[in-house]
Amino acid sequence: MTNTTTETTPPVRTSDGPGTTTGRRTRFAELPGLMSLMTGDEKHGPAATSTLDALWVLYDRVLRVSPETVTDPDRDRFLLSKGHGPMAYYAVLAAKGFFPVDRLPGFGSYDSPLGHHPDRLLVPGAEIGSGSLGHGLPLAVGTALGLRAQGRTGPAVWVLIGDAELDEGSNHEALAHAGAAGLDRLHTVVIDNSSATHGWPGGIASRFEAAGWSADTVDGRDHEALHAAFGAPHPGRPRAVVARVEPKNA
Amino acid sequence: MDTMRERFASVTSRLLDEDPRLAVVLADIGVDGFAAAARRHPDRVVNVGIREQLLIGVGGGLALTGLRPIMHTFASFLVERPFEQVKLDFGHQGVGGVLVSAGASYDWPSGGFTHMAPGDVALLDTLDDWTVHVPGHPDEAEALLRHAAAAGDDRVYVRLSVQTNSAPRAVDGARFSRLREGRRGVVVAVGPLLDNVLAATEGMDVTVLYATTVRPFDGAALRAATGLADAADVVLVEPYLAGTSTRFANDALADRPHRVLGLGVGRRELRRYGQLDEHLAAHGLDPRGLRERIAGFLTSAARA
Repeated sequence: MTNTTTETTPPVRTSDGPGTTTGRRTRFAELPGLMSLMTGDEKHGPAATSTLDALWVLYDRVLRVSPETVTDPDRDRFLLSKGHGPMAYYAVLAAKGFFPVDRLPGFGSYDSPLGHHPDRLLVPGAEIGSGSLGHGLPLAVGTALGLRAQGRTGPAVWVLIGDAELDEGSNHEALAHAGAAGLDRLHTVVIDNSSATHGWPGGIASRFEAAGWSADTVDGRDHEALHAAFGAPHPGRPRAVVARVEPKNA
Repeated sequence: MDTMRERFASVTSRLLDEDPRLAVVLADIGVDGFAAAARRHPDRVVNVGIREQLLIGVGGGLALTGLRPIMHTFASFLVERPFEQVKLDFGHQGVGGVLVSAGASYDWPSGGFTHMAPGDVALLDTLDDWTVHVPGHPDEAEALLRHAAAAGDDRVYVRLSVQTNSAPRAVDGARFSRLREGRRGVVVAVGPLLDNVLAATEGMDVTVLYATTVRPFDGAALRAATGLADAADVVLVEPYLAGTSTRFANDALADRPHRVLGLGVGRRELRRYGQLDEHLAAHGLDPRGLRERIAGFLTSAARA
């Protein structure tokens, strides 16, 4: 299975656009400017900014995937499960050259590939279409199992969910199974902006640990802390990093 | 003769040996049949436990990596319970896989309504681009399972049942076959209801089509069959919700005057246990019930 998105719409970058291979590296400080190009989804604003730092650290320093390798079967996979408020995701993908920055202003319009929830068949670099909560982690478990079944032990699978998204029962089916199966190439980032209606007494990380995962909780705005947590070894176990950010309703 | 489910396990186990692209995902149902295959292919026979949403999500994830997942459990837990996963983790992601159900509409009547899924095909009809196979015999199930496994990245549903016809027919995974020809009308028998339809229409001057692949619906075969008859009077006999395919028959005959009677499982919950034959009779799908309704429909046409 190849990523049909990239077959039909290969990532095209303008010669002076941002990207890691065009000479000038985009800086984190430029991302808010890219996000400001996208308007019309203000109700998802807090959801959008909550993920920005974790996404940036992943794409800038952790994930082994680039516009040139989006169809490489040995690429790392990043699955954005929390498809609400994808402006940070689009900004990071554009900054890394998966598609041109000039696509950002069309956000949500009829002719734009960038919707208020991402579609993998439209967005270069997007591994899954998401928006409905509770699909990414099960898909990530299947992706990790599929890579393992094909002897591809190199690629890491990352999935990002929200603390409220963790309410979905499908996620609990997935995290229980992943722990029992010892899927050590699977990684979950939980963006915790305290938006779950009933909260998670005892902490989110404890849920993962109880299911056999390696888990840590860090400051979701601290890039060094995120990087360290993302890179921590976790032999024989899947890994969860809970990235705490300011409460959604604060 | 083994059951369709037993054949599914034996055939799919062999296919796993032959095709490194195939993977089986189970949710604690049907695990015993795959025990040997799981030992040979521990990474391609995955039992996720009693987690049906995950069953489908894992299948979608496997497909995203290029594998062809075959997911199996009872129809009510395979199609109905995780329906949004079926919709999004396959269709919306643009990937394919094979759903293989057991239990059908009332394979285990004494188990009650919790294990009955007469609405599965109608529910899948709300989605685009699923092939649906309804075998009427274990040999047909084997042929259709092989078609499904080899169908590239297609999305395929194979509906297995303990209800079977006495003898297998040749099936090609696509078209309806014409078993009888007559002038009074056309009766389409789907999968395991063929024997009852043949018995019900014994001596009647009707064309009988046999359908084991119902999606896509072979409208061309239906049109051709109605051309043999005096009028385009069509009776659909389906082992799931009555009327499930009526829309497709209407579309196939849209440019000519026609009438369609959709027979199948009633929508109202029967709330009875008992045996398969008792449920067939209760829904009017036994030979006697079918004969009465088919004859009544064609007679009313003659009067009109």
